[in-house]
Amino acid sequence: MTVLVYLDHEGGAIRQASRSAIAAASQLGDVDVLVTGPDAADAAKSAAAIPGVKKVLQVTDTTGSSELAEPVAALLADLASGYSHILAASSATAKNVLPRTAALLDVQPIPDIVAINDADTFVRPIYAGSALATVKSADAKKIITVRASSFDPVASEGGNAVIEDVALPAGPGGSTFVATELSKSERPELESARVVVSGGNGMLNEENFKLLEPLADRLGAAIGASRAAVDKGFVSNEYQVGQTGKIVAPELYIAMGISGQIQHLAGMKDSKVIVAVNKDPEAPIFQVADYGIVGDLFTILPQLEAELDKAG
Amino acid sequence: MKVLVPVKRVIDYNIKPRVKADGSGVETAGVKMSMNPFDEIAVEEAVRLKEKGVVSEIVAVSIGEPKAQDTLRTAMAMGADRSILVETDVVTEPLSVAKVLKALVEKEKPDLIILGKQAIDDDMNATGQMLAGLLGRPQATFASRVEVADGAVTVTREIDGGSQTVKLALPAIITADLRLNEPRYASLPNIMKARKKPMEKITPADLGVDMTPRLSVVSVAEPPERKAGIKLDSAAELVSRLRNEAKVI
Ligand SMILES: Cc1cc2nc3c(=O)[nH]c(=O)nc-3n(C[C@H](O)[C@H](O)[C@H](O)COP(=O)(O)OP(=O)(O)OC[C@H]3O[C@@H](n4cnc5c(N)ncnc54)[C@H](O)[C@@H]3O)c2cc1C
Repeated sequence: MTVLVYLDHEGGAIRQASRSAIAAASQLGDVDVLVTGPDAADAAKSAAAIPGVKKVLQVTDTTGSSELAEPVAALLADLASGYSHILAASSATAKNVLPRTAALLDVQPIPDIVAINDADTFVRPIYAGSALATVKSADAKKIITVRASSFDPVASEGGNAVIEDVALPAGPGGSTFVATELSKSERPELESARVVVSGGNGMLNEENFKLLEPLADRLGAAIGASRAAVDKGFVSNEYQVGQTGKIVAPELYIAMGISGQIQHLAGMKDSKVIVAVNKDPEAPIFQVADYGIVGDLFTILPQLEAELDKAG
Repeated sequence: MKVLVPVKRVIDYNIKPRVKADGSGVETAGVKMSMNPFDEIAVEEAVRLKEKGVVSEIVAVSIGEPKAQDTLRTAMAMGADRSILVETDVVTEPLSVAKVLKALVEKEKPDLIILGKQAIDDDMNATGQMLAGLLGRPQATFASRVEVADGAVTVTREIDGGSQTVKLALPAIITADLRLNEPRYASLPNIMKARKKPMEKITPADLGVDMTPRLSVVSVAEPPERKAGIKLDSAAELVSRLRNEAKVI
């Protein structure tokens, strides 16, 4: 069996989540990968160095077409004949493209898997992670997205795969790429950070939300947020952790002024250590927190910084 | 311009789902059910387009058990003009639902189909993309802003690092993200009016669609439970525990 993994990259660097998808794919068979975009050539070089990758398919495209689901889904459907499974990390890109590919192939996709039992049987969370379903697919081909936090990423160096050019089909047309706006951050990527500091409604406003930065700086942490914090405009949507945001599982997750509704827990309850600071002793976040402090976060934040500054 | 809005009846998002003792699924009997929250956002967007004079007719559709008519009544109370119930007691999967919707699109010829991005029961996040694929029409998923002008729709989409804007020729498929709008509550007079709005009932067989699921459920289990830890009195104690006990900093 050979498996095709559609990789996400940022400016040519393969995202860690995609290396987790390769780890999942290696459990199923030999691995080929696909990279697309204006800097696909750089991405292909990085991908070729990943151990276990046999072949890299690259689509260099500067027209913006590779940003669109329609042509990329068509490409994956064209490539599908050579593969038993098509996988990708559950990124916004993969969620946009893979179900469309599945429809073109008359396949029911299997999103967000957290374990592989055999070539047809997979475990995936349902109801915001309130239950884990084991499902068996009757489709000849499987189209799968992988929850990155459930598979340890493969290494990024040591491999030597061949690189092949492929062309992007035109697709059905009708859609035009207008623009992408990416927010810039010097911090580690939320989904792969070792430490995440998240703020919720308890941060009260955009200005106060910035008070999390000195703490995050000291811990080398990424910053996350609850939906309430995003909805109220304290930070933009890509910071949201939860059922409909990012799924994270860092070594340390610090929740400041977050009540811990099930939709938020869905995105972080697999973290190794959870810390919660909340003034309400009954807040549900304390039911999953390893360490909790009941109190006003605006008092506790500066104390935490002072303690961290003391030699450990 | 006509809009089709598919809606799903799911366990209310405030209820914590319970896994059945025999591991066959999640208990739905006697549990409060509501419209999938993302579908409410989809209905709201359609209603706002109608209020702006862009849209002339909104058709809500639901595929599922007879009780899904409650969900359709809610959609009509929010402002949909009429509805179609496609009755089936087979487990609905995005692929079979997309096939039903394709058949309805071919019959109803809407200019826009607005769906919720994901159903909060199976968390599949697939139906809109699959419908677009089956129809060979353009798609814009995870929409946070929708503007219709001159026979095209411009959509701002939420992506991992920020946002993306795409322009689609009509007919097109859009899936709604949380921040697209805040759905209204249906007023009592509108709930009364909705009772008189037309609801057509058909079956997948009428549309020639085979609903046989492709995924069979082997088992459904509770996830490993996380235990509540301890409450600490000071930041000093927390930092010390994180350093010396948990060893994560
Ligand atoms: C379909 C759907 C999907 C959703 N998806 C997500 C998702 O992906 N992610 C997500 O997070 N939510 C999601 N939600 C929303 C979720 O249900 C909650 O509304 C949200 O998580 C609440 O955010 P919060 O905890 O910040 O706010 P609140 O619930 O308002 O909690 C704020 C907390 O801060 C505490 N607090 C206030 N002031 C202080 C202070 N000075 N010091 C200390 N503590 C303080 C309060 O005691 C309270 O516990 C979703 C909802 C729906 C319906």
